[in-house]
Amino acid sequence: MDFARAHILVCGGTGCTSSGSQKIIDTLHEELAAHGLDKEIKVIRTGCFGLCALGPIMVVYPEGAFYSMVKPEDIKEIVEEHLLKGRIVTRLLYEETVSDGSAETKSLNDVDFYKKQMRIALRNCGVIDPENIEEYIGVDGYAALGKVLTSMTPEEVIEVVKASGLRGRGGAGFPTGMKWMFTARADGSNGKYVACNADEGDPGAFMDRSVLEGDPHAIIEAMAIAAYAVGADQGYIYIRAEYPIAVSRLRIAIDQAREYGLLGKNIFGTDFCFDLDIRLGAGAFVCGEETALMTSIEGHRGEPRPRPPFPANKGLWQKPTLLNNVETYANIPQIINNGAEWFNKIGTEKSKGTKVFALGGKIKNTGLVEVPMGTTLREIVEEIGGGIPNGKKFKAAQTGGPSGGCIPAELLDIEIDYDSLMSIGSMMGSGGLIVMDEDTCMVDIAKFFLEFTVDESCGKCSPCRIGTKRMLEILEKITSGRGEMEDIDRLEELAENIKQSALCGLGQTAPNPVLSTLRYFRNEYIAHVRDKRCPAGVCKALMAYTIDPEKCKGCSICAKQCPVGAISGEIKSPFVIDREKCIKCGVCMEKCPFKAISNK
Amino acid sequence: MKSLAELEAIRNKNKNQVGLRREGEGTRIVVGMATCGIAAGARPVLTAFTEEVGKRGLAHVTVNQTGCIGMCRYEPIVEVMAPGKEKVTYVHMTPEKAARVVAEHIVNGHVVTEYTIGANVEQ
Repeated sequence: MDFARAHILVCGGTGCTSSGSQKIIDTLHEELAAHGLDKEIKVIRTGCFGLCALGPIMVVYPEGAFYSMVKPEDIKEIVEEHLLKGRIVTRLLYEETVSDGSAETKSLNDVDFYKKQMRIALRNCGVIDPENIEEYIGVDGYAALGKVLTSMTPEEVIEVVKASGLRGRGGAGFPTGMKWMFTARADGSNGKYVACNADEGDPGAFMDRSVLEGDPHAIIEAMAIAAYAVGADQGYIYIRAEYPIAVSRLRIAIDQAREYGLLGKNIFGTDFCFDLDIRLGAGAFVCGEETALMTSIEGHRGEPRPRPPFPANKGLWQKPTLLNNVETYANIPQIINNGAEWFNKIGTEKSKGTKVFALGGKIKNTGLVEVPMGTTLREIVEEIGGGIPNGKKFKAAQTGGPSGGCIPAELLDIEIDYDSLMSIGSMMGSGGLIVMDEDTCMVDIAKFFLEFTVDESCGKCSPCRIGTKRMLEILEKITSGRGEMEDIDRLEELAENIKQSALCGLGQTAPNPVLSTLRYFRNEYIAHVRDKRCPAGVCKALMAYTIDPEKCKGCSICAKQCPVGAISGEIKSPFVIDREKCIKCGVCMEKCPFKAISNK
Repeated sequence: MKSLAELEAIRNKNKNQVGLRREGEGTRIVVGMATCGIAAGARPVLTAFTEEVGKRGLAHVTVNQTGCIGMCRYEPIVEVMAPGKEKVTYVHMTPEKAARVVAEHIVNGHVVTEYTIGANVEQ
């Protein structure tokens, strides 16, 4: 097929795949063939569109019609109406794109979710077929590599990256150009490496996966550029085996790049040679830490080691190694093509460019968003994210996963960048952004993240191995109603000690969720300890179900629903709950028609 | 990949395809594909436009279909909408006429007046 009059883009990211997009693609092929349209209409499986809450997503061009939550049963109608007769099936469109009352549909770029976004790292996700190198080339792919190899010296490349102000997107925000410069200056007489950290481990973060699934060639191109700049000839992508779609697309992309001579010997007819291999990680969180990651690539148990020496001097097999995160690399071809000037105009004074956030938790539009640095948390949550569902109130947002912290409602107007998040005790991290509403218990959240780090601690250093465990025990004590006021002080003291003495980033940042919730929600800790009460009604041990005699009409619905027969009373007079028998299942509260039962 | 020229050739070949997925400007060729249009032979006309546009690698030209515009006796009807220009309506189209419209109107900007509705209104 040389030219198709219409393109149907179906999301093939992990989110939409799990909601059945493959079935949609199969049905589309069948229906198109049945109507003799298969020669003129092309179906393309792309990467993530970002609006994962509405998957499976399907966009039809040239109209740009955005169908959401598509079901296989809808395909026949879409093919017969839209593709055969040119009548868009408005009923099945993403409701935000349908303007009120008129036949016209809104462009996706005018929808709240996309309006404030700016896509650099995600530029090709949901636009091209990630398994077709020619489509990537068609959107200027590998042009940056061509430009670098044929018209720039390695020093010039590093200068551009430095001038762009790009900082590492993996979490800490180290200036990328500096890292490149240190690696370039290191003695490479025995060889050098470039590596890509695709061991995305923060709960709730999935931007690296989406980039690899939607635009794998961008990472290959960027790594080749980096290799040229620092003088390496071999690269490794360390990716977790739990990302099967990303791994398979990456494999296809690497094979295609080799076939087209974009990896291998004498690329673009120059002396530059570079090849790339994939190393699968088994999903240990600590392997996202750079020294542990490299130990794992070398074939050893993934444990960190002290720094210095930094990887730029002694990395893989003791040779200088440049290690960057997926999203960092995804920006590189754009910076080379458009220039450092273009990039450093975007963002804030010290944080340039954009950042991808994985929006999750109590928010309407869960998904992937890319915004310029300096966008406020309120814009992300209320405008792009569409606010909190069910009319609940915003309580806090958690950034940076188990290494980060919570941002309370009074700081909603903070302009997000590396430094602003640091200043309020959180961190950018890889970009997970979990929104919490009034029903979330902050002590419970801190406990959740600590459970995660306790599980994932590699055990090499004692502050992390023993310290985080002790912190978790204190939190368990508090949430089960046995806490004492001294526990809060102990928690703080331990946290500070672990921060200062742990070997690697995992341990050093593990106390952050506790410290930041203590900073902004100390009252909740005190309520748990002193009043033996969980204000959000989450911690089971502290819950006490009671019936408000004022509101109770004596209808007996609760008593009939109670699985243990803990509720008794006379019809038409207030009922009571027997605390001894109550198992705190919450059914009575859910079923009460008069909202007379509370658990706080 | 041995040279920039080689990359450029692949890019040009694919730019047009991927360009379809950008919203906005560009010339739209719209073929009436309601029952009346199809009965009058709109399908081969649509195919002819698609093939011509593809063959010439015309970026920013899209071929769409639409429903009945109410002048069934003039079908197959094709409308050409270029940004900033008035809409041109061609009537009684055939695959051969389609090829000429692409060559003269779309590529060179000369409306094929004899095929337009103005020249075909029955007095």
